[in-house]
Parts: sequence; structure tokens; C-alpha cells
Amino acid sequence: MINETIGMIFIFVGIAFDFFGVLGLVRLPDVYNRLQAATKCVTFGSAGILFGAFIMQGFSSFGFKALLGIAFIFLTAPVAAHAISRAAHRSGIPLSNKTVVDFYKKDHELKE
Amino acid sequence: MKILRWVLGLIFIALFFYYNFFIFQGDIIFKLINIILFSSLFVLFRVIFGPSPADRIVAVDILGILIVGMLALMGLHYENDFFVDVGLIWALLSFIASLAFAKILEGRSLDD
Repeated sequence: MINETIGMIFIFVGIAFDFFGVLGLVRLPDVYNRLQAATKCVTFGSAGILFGAFIMQGFSSFGFKALLGIAFIFLTAPVAAHAISRAAHRSGIPLSNKTVVDFYKKDHELKE
Repeated sequence: MKILRWVLGLIFIALFFYYNFFIFQGDIIFKLINIILFSSLFVLFRVIFGPSPADRIVAVDILGILIVGMLALMGLHYENDFFVDVGLIWALLSFIASLAFAKILEGRSLDD
């Protein structure tokens, strides 16, 4: 009983993170802003849902698969986000007009 | 005009939550699955109307992570653990697809 309560709390927090991350994906003005808002929030939200499922099911096959899913998400999502943002900056997609500083472009000019 | 867009979006989201939690009759986990499907509606909006190609790639990556959480919830509801297997494979395939899209966006070929 206490397991189900704690697991449902984790699942609710994860759903809230998912929803706000997707709201940031719609609302923010730029590719890079959308990428950082959506990737961080949705990664943590899905990991929260899987951890809640692990707590509700205990150490069964479902629980171990859920833990493995958390490991996969935490390993793969930041790498994919980094590759996409690097490719977007190199292919010349413009930044928002409220941008203050662009360190990647400055380092690239220094290296040339 | 900006205020009108804010108010329309707020009414849309509030109508969905009112229908989901007070009119729709079902299990609590089904209501949570409905919230994730509503979020994926926003993601599909970004896939269809994204101004640049990088926006669409980001949205597809985010959709892959959202589906993993939804599959964990479906496995909790149906008391069956092969949904989590599908989630694991989906996470890895989405990662590889994101890396391939990033390479193509940057202008390199796949065997580079």
C-alpha cells in the first residue's frame, strides 16, 4: 500500500515535468532554447515515471526492466541533444534576435 | 493579438484538464496516459509547423522519449511487462535515428 502511494507520487511529478517540457517546446523562440527546455524536462519526467513503476512493482522483472530503461534514457538523451545542437549551429540555422552571447562561434573563429 | 493567443491556449488546456479529470470515467492511470497523449499533440504541432529542419528533428527526438514513459504506464495498467521491452528498444532506436538525422543535417554522409 505504501509502495503504491510513493510510486504514484513519483509518477505525478514525472507527468508534470513532461507536460511543462512540451509546453516549453511550443512556446520558446529558438531552436536551441526549445532543445534545452524540452530535452532536460522530458528526460527527467520519463525517468520519474519509470522509477515510479519500479517502486510500485518491486524487484520483479518489470522493476529491473524499468531500471534498465532509466539507464538507457540517461545515457542516450544528452548525447543526442548535443549532436543535434552542434549540427544545427554548424549548418547555419540563425539564433534568436534576443541572443546576448555566442561562445561557440567565437571559439570557432579563434581556431581558424 | 499576443494576449488573444495566450487566452486561447489557456482555454484549450483548461478544457482538456476539466474533461480529463471530471467528466472522463476511467482508471487513474488512463487519465495520466491521456495527459501524455495531449502532450504529444503539441509535439506533432512542432513537427508539422516547425520553421527549420532542426525543429522537426528535435520534436521527433522528444516524441521518442515521451513514448517510453507512456509505455511504462501502459505496462502498469495491463499488469504485463512486455510493454517495457518495447520501450527499451524504442529508446535505443530513437537515439540512433537522432544521431543519423544530425549527421545528415550537418551535411556529411552516414559512413563518414
